[in-house]
Amino acid sequence: MFIKDYIKDIASALKSLATGMKMTGYYFTHHKEIITEQYPDNRDTLVLAERFKGEVVMPHDDNNEHACTGCTSCELACPNGSIKIITKFDVDAETGKRKKAIDTWIYHLDLCTMCGLCVEACPTNAIKMAPTFEHSVFDRNKLVKKLNEDGSKVRAGVE
Amino acid sequence: MWSFSEIAKNIDLWLNGLVGSTWALVLEMVIAGVAVIGLFAALGLVLVIMERKVAAWIQIRLGPNRVGPKGMFQSMADTVKLLVKEGMTPDGADRLLFNVAPFIAMIVAMLLMAPIAFAKDFQLWDMNIGVLYITAVSSLSVIGILMAGWASNNKYSLLGAMRSGAQIVSYELSGGLAILAVVVLTGSISLTDIIKAQENGWWIFKGHIPVIVAFIIYIIAVTAETNRAPFDLAEAESELTAGFHTEYSGMKFALFFLAEYINVFIVCAIGATLFFGGWMPLHIGNWHAFNHIMDYIPSSVWFFGKTFFLIFLIMWFRWTFPRLRIDQLLNLEWKYLLPISMINLLLVTLIAILGWHF
Amino acid sequence: MYRETEIIKDAPQFGEPGFGDLVINVGPQHPATHGVLHLIITLNGETIKDIKPNLGYIHRSIEKMCESLTYRQFIYVTSRMDYLSAHINNHACALVVEKGLQVEVPERAQVIRVLFDELTRIASHELWWGAMAMDLGAFTPFFHSFRERETINVIMEETCGARLTMNYYVPGGVMWDLHPDFQKRVKEFLALYKKKIHEYDELVTGNIIFQNRMKGIGYISAEDVISYGCTGPVARGSGVHSDVRKVSPYSIYNKLDFDEVLETGGDSFARYVVRIKEMHQSIKIIEQLIDNIPEGDFQAKTKAVLKLPKGEYYQSVETARGELGVYIVSEGGTTPYRIKFRSPGFSNLSALNHMIKGGKIGDLIAAMGTLDLVIPDIDR
Repeated sequence: MFIKDYIKDIASALKSLATGMKMTGYYFTHHKEIITEQYPDNRDTLVLAERFKGEVVMPHDDNNEHACTGCTSCELACPNGSIKIITKFDVDAETGKRKKAIDTWIYHLDLCTMCGLCVEACPTNAIKMAPTFEHSVFDRNKLVKKLNEDGSKVRAGVE
Repeated sequence: MWSFSEIAKNIDLWLNGLVGSTWALVLEMVIAGVAVIGLFAALGLVLVIMERKVAAWIQIRLGPNRVGPKGMFQSMADTVKLLVKEGMTPDGADRLLFNVAPFIAMIVAMLLMAPIAFAKDFQLWDMNIGVLYITAVSSLSVIGILMAGWASNNKYSLLGAMRSGAQIVSYELSGGLAILAVVVLTGSISLTDIIKAQENGWWIFKGHIPVIVAFIIYIIAVTAETNRAPFDLAEAESELTAGFHTEYSGMKFALFFLAEYINVFIVCAIGATLFFGGWMPLHIGNWHAFNHIMDYIPSSVWFFGKTFFLIFLIMWFRWTFPRLRIDQLLNLEWKYLLPISMINLLLVTLIAILGWHF
Repeated sequence: MYRETEIIKDAPQFGEPGFGDLVINVGPQHPATHGVLHLIITLNGETIKDIKPNLGYIHRSIEKMCESLTYRQFIYVTSRMDYLSAHINNHACALVVEKGLQVEVPERAQVIRVLFDELTRIASHELWWGAMAMDLGAFTPFFHSFRERETINVIMEETCGARLTMNYYVPGGVMWDLHPDFQKRVKEFLALYKKKIHEYDELVTGNIIFQNRMKGIGYISAEDVISYGCTGPVARGSGVHSDVRKVSPYSIYNKLDFDEVLETGGDSFARYVVRIKEMHQSIKIIEQLIDNIPEGDFQAKTKAVLKLPKGEYYQSVETARGELGVYIVSEGGTTPYRIKFRSPGFSNLSALNHMIKGGKIGDLIAAMGTLDLVIPDIDR
């Protein structure tokens, strides 16, 4: 019957609207469900995943030594050309042999897409991804970084 | 006891003693005008922050929380931003209509403020045709929107304005019929009389199911009339970018924005007056002790409490429902709301004639 | 007040066909196109007479870029095509390289890949659900869907080190092993998802306004789906059996127990239901695998420099949007000679005009929402 269907339509429509309103009403009254994170305020408690790919860093130990031999695997693996390694030849004091070493390890953070292929390619685990993300600076030149520290040398035994 | 009507009376007496009665009237008009504009500004600030907080809590967010304590000055900061922004008039727009439109929208909202009783014996203009005045003036608000849409020289604006025209014209009918239900029960179109008639209980409780139906229809119709979601087709952000006010910026945009909120406030105030007894405290029949306790709460608190409850209801709608399509919107009005409200009016008339209401 | 431009001068006069038509540019910047899609639509009043998609605003020539990158490097670029199913894009590329090299991928790596594929699919559908509801004017679902999506993103971040463009798959397996917390996190997500899934129906699916906006709108028949080349939920909404995971199974999908979701409605609502049910199927796959991750290597041994033998290689996978095909022509060098992607979004978009002609503007927005367009996937 037409009238019956008409009323049934209205009733089911109102019911469906009321279900939605009940749900939003629940969230309006239950503030413990709020999931907002207030970023600059929670900086101290912010825990980033340890694998987060934020930027490439080169860990140095206490003796200012790193594990980079200057093999340029990372430079070849990088799809964007954001790594440039300038090598030099050190002369070993004892044997007098010439040995390849890095002079400057240049990292273009402004070109990097954080794909992690350089870390994957490195045979000596000299570089890794650091979980940092606050990279914004006012001068673009600051994004070009030198990763090996001044006076650092390759750790003994790393070939 | 401290009340709005006492203050108004004292000011009236003081002015009449100070200057002649003619000048006193002029001064009182100026004071009333300033008070209305002040109320507008205050309402705009309060309602915007309220909307944002309601939206945030429903959407499991915190909402504005940086400017001032708990973000309460956020809307003030927004107003300052809008004030200093450039109000652009696009090339090819009808300059006169384009610039006048936001003021028309605003003035219509202001005019509607006149017959509303904010507290006991506290009213700008106690006219005997209050309900008629409201229904007549509220129809004017579409002109501002149509003007803005046409004058912008933008196709999105034009579409939004045309949608708005169709929408407001049709929803006025069922809104008016829903109001008539209360008018029939009271037997008067003066808002004062309608409030007085609810001394022993609000119409929504006294009038059986037909008044509840009328209230639901009223709330739906006014949501549509004020262009609020789920009936915000004139703006329809995901379809028409911003609808009729696409080309507006700065304070001209802010006036439209403000007019929307003021309109929401006014329709809710009228709804509260008609169905919830305006400033009338919650009275139940002959329970004199209970009624007496309720009288201790000031009448303005009752009025604003009821109004803000209805405003919250409309905001709740907005943040829950998706938008209707234009043909569905008109279907809803002409195939559902209008026939129902007509039959409902018939039932209410029957109840009124037979005296079945409490 | 209209200025006399060429368009106005050439406009049809009263009585001529096309009089009163309104040509509107929806996009490249428009809230409903979710990116830089440009639609030139011809309107008569509110009724849509014609839609012409105008592409290329975010064309980055990814295919050409891939030709200058080695077989290890080019995978990461494909994350940027359909960024919402980055893992699945990478999977397609990894598979085609493995096919060329004839590398046997360890069982563990395959399970990990399928797990991440399905998590990605859920994450993508979550975002689609919220964004589509927002197209229809309901803002709240967006935030609610992001609550669940965030949990998936945390899982991704923990294991892959990124949230959107992960680059976790390498030829021969995955880059690193799973994070120790992975299983715990996934179970937490499953629990949260099951607790909240009823809200999707309450808030959107059951809503009368939503159903009226969706049902019978944007209809496309099974024949038209095939002739337009639509795949994914768009095809399955019209009842076309097209899930690549079932039609030509890759990885370990033939060993898994899940259903291909088929609806016969062909309208926007059918496409909506397909995606919602697909999320349930993905959950089913994850539940099967999460406790049965085999031990072993996560990566097969491959040479330092990969060289595909001369020949042509093709692999298609089912992304969250449909069938993604990767076609590689190799001349035997370290980089592909030619690479071509068959992206699902492009074909699905081509059916838009057919679906919507004669509908209202609101229908266009709603149907475009159910196509789930990702513009970089269309333009590449």
